[in-house]
Amino acid sequence: MADIDLPHLCRLAQLALDGAEADAARADLERIIDMVDRMQAFDTDGVEPLAHPLGTAARLRPDEVTEQVDRDRFQALAPAVQDGMYLVPRVVE
Amino acid sequence: MSWEAVIGLEVHVQLATRSKIFSGASTAFGAEPNSQACAVDLGLPGVLPVVNGEAVRMAVKFGLAIGAEIAPFSVFDRKNYFYPDLPKGYQISQFAHPIVGRGELAVAMPDGSEKIVGITRAHLEEDAGKSVHDAYAGMTGIDLNRAGTPLLEVVSEPDIRTPEEAAAYFRQMHTLVRYLGICDGNLAEGSMRCDANVSVRERGAAEFGVRTEIKNINSFRFVERAIAYEIERQIDVLESGGRIVRETRLYDHERDETRSMRTKEESDDYRYFPDPDLLPVHIDQALLEAVREELPELPAARRHRYVETLGLSAYDAGWLTQEPETAAYFEAVVAAGGDAKLSANWVMGELSAALNRDERAITDSPVTPDQLAGLIARLQDDTLSSRTAKTLFEGLWAGEGEVDEIIEARGLKQVSDTGELKAIVERVVADNPGQVEQFRAGKDKVLGFFVGQVMKATQGKANPKQVNELLQEALKP
Repeated sequence: MADIDLPHLCRLAQLALDGAEADAARADLERIIDMVDRMQAFDTDGVEPLAHPLGTAARLRPDEVTEQVDRDRFQALAPAVQDGMYLVPRVVE
Repeated sequence: MSWEAVIGLEVHVQLATRSKIFSGASTAFGAEPNSQACAVDLGLPGVLPVVNGEAVRMAVKFGLAIGAEIAPFSVFDRKNYFYPDLPKGYQISQFAHPIVGRGELAVAMPDGSEKIVGITRAHLEEDAGKSVHDAYAGMTGIDLNRAGTPLLEVVSEPDIRTPEEAAAYFRQMHTLVRYLGICDGNLAEGSMRCDANVSVRERGAAEFGVRTEIKNINSFRFVERAIAYEIERQIDVLESGGRIVRETRLYDHERDETRSMRTKEESDDYRYFPDPDLLPVHIDQALLEAVREELPELPAARRHRYVETLGLSAYDAGWLTQEPETAAYFEAVVAAGGDAKLSANWVMGELSAALNRDERAITDSPVTPDQLAGLIARLQDDTLSSRTAKTLFEGLWAGEGEVDEIIEARGLKQVSDTGELKAIVERVVADNPGQVEQFRAGKDKVLGFFVGQVMKATQGKANPKQVNELLQEALKP
């Protein structure tokens, strides 16, 4: 069975799981890894890697400014704003 | 022990599109905070990114200019990390399948030589927003106007060996993207930034040493100083028996030192995967050819042409081709009849000094290329001496009129009438018997005094060569 470092994954995903949630997440992850292991068994020699299930390419957009930003409306959703800035708990570099 | 540095640069080039890479919001610099952050840039639920075709074309243009292979299919990936300057929780970038593959850049070194630096790859990605840390009590302010601005990240091979080479490479990249018109090149506004990977090893060793990464350097001078400091620091650590830790460092230009930001092992877990919201980008032959048609003469080709067909030195050619506007001005002077070498001297000397002094761009020069060519013609036909030519230049700069008008109005015509000059020379010799004696006693330096007196008497309009000849004649015992 894969070695799952759940605390590390939680830190990367910014999740705080309690005991029961952590157990459930671990069980889910184990099943996912098991499925990936089974997929590894297929012979994929000569199969081209697929980045996207749709077999087409991206449509490119013309370089035009089409969005007029209603800042007040967007900022009404934010917990804290000041001088047009979105405020978040202090991030120290 | 003799040490050698191994340096690779990652240059972030902000592409000069009007709208963002995945949204239709404006990229204009200097707008009110968050007035250009739309729903896509804010990462609101339900939005979908759509690729800006112009950003793709610009990346292709860059790739062709460095002789790289352009990927027929390239893929956008999500680079996952949490930081409030990118509210989606990931940055859209390219990982396994970048748009531009391996190429190379011919870098003009300050001494006129050229160094080829390999380019590993270049990929498209979105820029993050800006964080303001000290203006709000206990909080960080976030301005997302820059979030979603298209970036081309250009990764070099570890081919660079000295801080000077690194600065020259960064400068050359700046020159190239300005020639291509894919970036405004404004370093002060952050349009180009670079990260430097630096390690040291014993000279001749096969393996690289442990490297550190210096983040976010935005000037040619700081690139050089930051890397020079970091090389010294690493050598000191190794020579005192320590070892280098793989980490990210920040250059503090006020203290001229690099400081540790975070250790790499902690943060480098980006869990890249293909962005399911974005289909692969397909570059077909027709697009490639269309972009190839748009390529201008590139800096290296122009440099070589200046040396080979105009006979300039490699140094002058490097200097003149650094900015496309400077090269265009110089070529206009030559096209208007200016001798190439003299045109180069005047553009690099008098003109560039005046532009610097008055803080003007060359495209905004009060002296036109035609006028400068006219000045050079008058210098070559001996109407002007180098001194009166400078006076004429000042007149042109001040807008006093055209070349011949100013020569007339300011009486700048060189005195080459031998009879007139001879009379002046004889008078000067007669008026200074003491100096004449000194000269005749073998004090050659006194000749300079006489030349000065003659120049004074003619207000600088005498032909120096003629003055010399006449003085030698008059001072013979």
